[in-house]
Amino acid sequence: MSMVTPAKRINRLGSAKSGVHHFVAQRVSAIALVIALPLFMICLSQSGAPDPAASRAFFGSAWGALLTLITMSATLYHMRLGLQVVVEDYIHGTAMKMGLLIGNTLITYGLWLAGAYALIRLAVTG
Amino acid sequence: MASGTSDTRPLSPHLSVWRWHATMLSSILHRFSGIVNYIGAIALTVWLVLLASGAEDAVAIFTSGSLSWLTAIGLIVLTWSASYHLLNGIRHLAWDIGKGFDPAGSNMRSILIIALSFVPPALIWFFALSGGAS
Repeated sequence: MSMVTPAKRINRLGSAKSGVHHFVAQRVSAIALVIALPLFMICLSQSGAPDPAASRAFFGSAWGALLTLITMSATLYHMRLGLQVVVEDYIHGTAMKMGLLIGNTLITYGLWLAGAYALIRLAVTG
Repeated sequence: MASGTSDTRPLSPHLSVWRWHATMLSSILHRFSGIVNYIGAIALTVWLVLLASGAEDAVAIFTSGSLSWLTAIGLIVLTWSASYHLLNGIRHLAWDIGKGFDPAGSNMRSILIIALSFVPPALIWFFALSGGAS
């Protein structure tokens, strides 16, 4: 039997204070995607992809690069926040949960850096 | 979530005691389509990086080779899941400003969104396959 009072036991164990930011960021990136994603889907589907030369010309053009960068950034940010909630809802083992949460961050940030680098490279080399 | 308790009273109702209804399906589809979009975004970004490094032949079997049918199915599923997630996401934004919680209207909008989600992929693939430059 613990001698610690209930109030003492829960003291400082409140929320992480990051929930509101998560909620707002999820909505703001959603609004960005409502605008960007339809444009991106239409332009990419009309670009001649997956033919390599046509695809490179699309991603290398100013409009294609900018539209792709905006859509990709909002998508990767939004999907990191979204999958984080899915993992927190369904995975309760600490090791598996932490592994998936860290993997989620590494995959989305890594893909963003790789994708941004690819767009810059296509813009420079044509 | 009740593991570790000795309380033997019934827990909250399990999925098996509910009949399927439209709002339940649309909620599950939102998460499902989000996960499909996650996988699709990974695949598209990897392809973009391969294009930029001139190494797209590494996945030629998926783009022009014997497995291109699999890619076509995957992309059709992806355009559907993106369309559904976007349309149902607009509904989530409406919920956030306090609109659209009436039960009858919710059921109706669930069915409407599921039906409408097939329209953008149909249009995109019709124009991509018939009128496109390729």
